[in-house]
Amino acid sequence: MDILVCISKAPDTTAKIQFTDGNTKFDENGVQFIVNPYDEWYALVRALELKEAGGGSVCIITVGGPEADPVIRKALAIGADKAVRIDAQPTDAGFVAGQIADYAKANSFDLILCGKETINYNGSQVGGMIAAEMDLPYVSQAIKLDVAGATATVERDIQGGVEVLEGNTPLVISCAKGMAEQRIPNMRGIMAARTKPLEVVAPTDRPALTEVVGYDLPPQKTEVKLVDPENAEELINLLRNEAKII
Amino acid sequence: MDRYEHHDYYLLDDLLTEEHKLIRDTARAWLKKEVSPIIEEAYEKAEFPKQIIPGLASIGAFGPYIPEKYGGPGLDQISYGIIMQELERVDSGVRSTSSVQSSLVMYPIWKYGSEEQRMKFLPKLASGEFMGSFGLTEPDHGSNPSGMTTNFKDMGDHYLLNGAKMWISNSPFCDLAVVWAKDESGRIHGLIVERGMEGFTTPETHGKWSLRASATGELVFDNVKVPKENLLPGKSGLGAPLGCLDSARYGIAWGTIGTALDCYDSALRYSKERIQFGKPIAGFQLIQKKLAEMITEITKAQMLTWRLGVLREEGRATSAQISMAKRNNVDMALKIAREARQIHGAMGITNEYSIMRHMMNLESVITYEGTHDIHLLITGKDITGIAAFE
Repeated sequence: MDILVCISKAPDTTAKIQFTDGNTKFDENGVQFIVNPYDEWYALVRALELKEAGGGSVCIITVGGPEADPVIRKALAIGADKAVRIDAQPTDAGFVAGQIADYAKANSFDLILCGKETINYNGSQVGGMIAAEMDLPYVSQAIKLDVAGATATVERDIQGGVEVLEGNTPLVISCAKGMAEQRIPNMRGIMAARTKPLEVVAPTDRPALTEVVGYDLPPQKTEVKLVDPENAEELINLLRNEAKII
Repeated sequence: MDRYEHHDYYLLDDLLTEEHKLIRDTARAWLKKEVSPIIEEAYEKAEFPKQIIPGLASIGAFGPYIPEKYGGPGLDQISYGIIMQELERVDSGVRSTSSVQSSLVMYPIWKYGSEEQRMKFLPKLASGEFMGSFGLTEPDHGSNPSGMTTNFKDMGDHYLLNGAKMWISNSPFCDLAVVWAKDESGRIHGLIVERGMEGFTTPETHGKWSLRASATGELVFDNVKVPKENLLPGKSGLGAPLGCLDSARYGIAWGTIGTALDCYDSALRYSKERIQFGKPIAGFQLIQKKLAEMITEITKAQMLTWRLGVLREEGRATSAQISMAKRNNVDMALKIAREARQIHGAMGITNEYSIMRHMMNLESVITYEGTHDIHLLITGKDITGIAAFE
């Protein structure tokens, strides 16, 4: 089974978030990037597990400039066989999904996996858009995935229980917590990643479908007031008259 | 809980390759998952956590610079330093285990061993299947190793080894030891002594208040018959073990930056969270003085050590340059540990924080692999041409 895993770079969770160009662009200066954890821990690792159990190959794909190469090397060090970088800035979800769909159409894959969202933009759009572009079935936020022959069995969390779905490959699945356990690369993997193929592909002609008009940081946290556990009256007074929530 | 955030005040990460950073992130992720949660308990019980040996091997902590043909990852000297820094950020004892295996066991077999010895031992040492120790220090010969009394006689078809070594990291569980002993003419040679050879015992040293998560012991040789093929043929004389120590001391120079970073990181966070007199103690001048001096000293050490790594990679680093970095960085880390302990107030003496453990560990690190004072005298000899310790 040949699996395509979409990976994205995302700022490390300790990165200081700032904007430039009148708050319309994320300032990447000095920001340490990681592989988006949903792509890495769940989509990529489950793809590797499926390959290890049933053979085939795992190809990772990302849309970005050469600055994305470190996260690509990490994904290769974890165990992917080859990588594709569509050489264009990932302007919006529609553009990214279009680029990946164009590559996937030209190459044959049994499964296309991605994380349920990126931890920076939290858009959850790319997987669904790829499926739409390719006219393939799509299951979002999967927590379990097994494949037998050409049949994929997928589980997802729903209100009060679990939904079990079955579909024929090829299909597109976005992966959530539960799908697999994080794998830390080892030194053999890091060494092997040096020579694994990284194909840089020119983008196809697709427009971005949206435009960012501005970003805002969340409001600064204000100071907390500590109330003695014995003093419930004071707590109620503050909640009623100052916070005005009761 | 490991809440460590990396500190790089002078953007020295720009001097590293992407692979260096990947190696660091890998070591850091593994340590956070597998070692940080168990290290305090191992320290309290005074037990080396043997279950981490395969993981240490997987992140390349055993012989990082050993070529691939001998089972190592064939990394550069900066990578070796980076791994040591991450290990010692968690515990000097864990770094010691890795240092000994890499620089004091694998290094001499690689540099001074025969091709047969390399092929026989290095792959198993790189995978952690074999653990090694290094016997140089003796009960009566610490700073003066050339006075050693451990010796071997040529018995025709084997060597007969007698003597004892002391303060040996990894000794209680080692599968083999690289032992330095004098031949009948008084020349120092390295011998590979293997577990199971008759007359070879490794009693453990108990009662340490330092490096408690690392096993220390003796190597005792009572008429041990060592096969002739176990003598390291490539180099003899005191320069041979000193070459190993250069490599280990270089690792310590990197490692202790890790300890200092952990103490600084913890002190910085604690001082911003700890409220006294209505504001975080980080807002008081005396606390800021401590923190500012810490990051200044760490940054200086990072720069010195990175440069040393480049020189070492080019084969240009002198033993005296390595002495300077080892001495400076251990002292720097120990002072930062003590200052960080003060910033943490009473909390700093508990095992809720790693500070006191680091501080106690560093009391060994400032003594082993050449004491603080001896390294100063090495610099003194290097700049004056006159030895003050002979």
